[in-house]
Amino acid sequence: MIEALHLVKRFHDKKRGTVCAVNDVSFSCRQGEIYGLLGANGAGKTTTLRMLATILTPTEGTAIVAGFDVVKNAQMVRGRVGFLSAATALYGRLTAQEMVEYFGRLHGLDEDTLRERMEDLFVRLEMKEFLDRRCDKLSTGMKQKVSIARTLVHNPSVMIFDEPTLGLDVMAARTIVKFIRECRESGKTVVFSTHVMSEVEKLCDHIGIIHDGKLLAEGSLPDLRAQFGIQDLEDLFVKVVEA
Amino acid sequence: MSLRNIGIVYRKELIDSLRDRRTLISMIVVPLLVMPLLTIGMGVLSVALVGVAMREVPRVMILGGDDSPAVLAELNKMKDFEIVPSRPDYAEEISNKKIRAAVEIPAGFEAKLAAGESSTVKIYMYEGELKSGFGADRLQKFFSKLRDRSVREHLQARSLPENLAHPFDILETNVAPPEKVGGAVLGGLLPYFVILLCLTGAMYPAMDLTAGEKERGTIETLLCSPVSRTHLVIGKFLMVLTAAVATAILAITSMALSFGAGKEMLLSITKGASDPALQITITAKGIISIFFVVFPLAVFFSAALLALSLFAKSFKEAQSYISPLMILVVMPAIASLLPGVELTPVLAWIPVLNTSLVSKEIISGTFHWNLIGLIFLSSSIYAGIAITIAVKLFQREDVLFRT
Repeated sequence: MIEALHLVKRFHDKKRGTVCAVNDVSFSCRQGEIYGLLGANGAGKTTTLRMLATILTPTEGTAIVAGFDVVKNAQMVRGRVGFLSAATALYGRLTAQEMVEYFGRLHGLDEDTLRERMEDLFVRLEMKEFLDRRCDKLSTGMKQKVSIARTLVHNPSVMIFDEPTLGLDVMAARTIVKFIRECRESGKTVVFSTHVMSEVEKLCDHIGIIHDGKLLAEGSLPDLRAQFGIQDLEDLFVKVVEA
Repeated sequence: MSLRNIGIVYRKELIDSLRDRRTLISMIVVPLLVMPLLTIGMGVLSVALVGVAMREVPRVMILGGDDSPAVLAELNKMKDFEIVPSRPDYAEEISNKKIRAAVEIPAGFEAKLAAGESSTVKIYMYEGELKSGFGADRLQKFFSKLRDRSVREHLQARSLPENLAHPFDILETNVAPPEKVGGAVLGGLLPYFVILLCLTGAMYPAMDLTAGEKERGTIETLLCSPVSRTHLVIGKFLMVLTAAVATAILAITSMALSFGAGKEMLLSITKGASDPALQITITAKGIISIFFVVFPLAVFFSAALLALSLFAKSFKEAQSYISPLMILVVMPAIASLLPGVELTPVLAWIPVLNTSLVSKEIISGTFHWNLIGLIFLSSSIYAGIAITIAVKLFQREDVLFRT
């Protein structure tokens, strides 16, 4: 379960002064659901998700993630969240196995549990053939699999994806979409951000349209279509943003 | 404080760094190469160059002396130099290295010599040019001998004892132990390189583990883990310190070994010449003491480099921050090489300069334990401040996510 409660994030920028990247954003996502944050570049999606993953601290407001407050119990939240984004790269000089192992240890797994989890993930993700290869020598698809294994090694109950398919080819993007769907099927709470409308249509149970740091519209896709009287999601998005 | 978490981060950073060619070069290859090159290489090279210069028969020019045929004949007979015909542009010839030196014999030189009158023989040479110096030296020796012979002949003609012109000798005797003399010559230079290598050894991993992570996008991956940021930065700091200490240990060991080997080699080449620089013996006590004073400096360097490069958003930006730091380190280290700069309790508080000065003393066999203790304390304080800054910076979002 994720519950964002009036999240605000302000930055100080030398040229622009104080910038409000996220302005009073509240939404919730229940267990076994996918919540999609839809917005253009610079809308505040990444900042919102980074606050949920406790990588950034909110200036105001808070969020309850997996039962813990992101401000008061950041470490507890991190232990229960898997965060994957286009910016979460791999250590190029570690092998695929070492990468997953490292994050398993950072999450405090004991050696037996870690071996078990890794074995399970490596089989499920078909990673066996490239486990000993350094991450910088892997193809984009292989890297995606390592990243997925890295986010799942501690078996998180909440998954946060920040534009996970950005810059990926069709095949690698499909792997990610399939993986997000599997997360929902296994009962995880999933929040993900994107500006790709087709992904939203394919995956999301609930959608939040974010622009200039504000959450402008929220609901299930059928609800939003009914509310604005527009079937095409792209047209709907433009109407909400321009209003 | 979770030692387990720090250990996990440290272990990963160590594996990662040991697989990085650039870190290996700065941490292992450079210190292992610099010291032998500096001692054996430079020593052998300078001995070889001096040997070549000494073996050369210098071309010298004689100006005037037409009325002194006996002196000219004697000069022409000498095998120590080759006489070339006189030309008015002798100074240019010396500058262009066509001849090594020139000697101007004054008019009526022989006649004045015979009459016991004073005159001046001028030798022209290019100051600072080794081969020109050797040419002038040989001319100087020739005319010194001629002067001594002339004095002797005049004294004999007057039935006076020879030592009348040389009533006593002056003998300067050194009471300083040979290693101290050597310490003054090389003692400043070698620790200077150890300190510099210690900094360069830490430099690359510090940039790679911070600005490098930001640039490659792995910092965000790392921050997703539940390990506290303090533990993350301490794990990283320990890796940078490992690189600095490994570089320092390798540099100090390489310095001691190559100096020992270089000394033997140079002594065999110079056939036991008593150059004070060759009299240094770097003892195990000296090595341990240098390490003792260099260690807190390595901690200071590691934390300062980590904090500085943490601030940068890319590897290139980190390099631009660190370059001025190099100057800040080089300046006090060079100041310690200046003659007359001696270690005092006040200077013991100036980072780098204090370590440089005390290492110089240690190499020359002087152990001022109170000052060594004071330097350890001051460097430790600076190191503590630098670590605190690095830890604080790692908590700041505006530093970690600078765009």
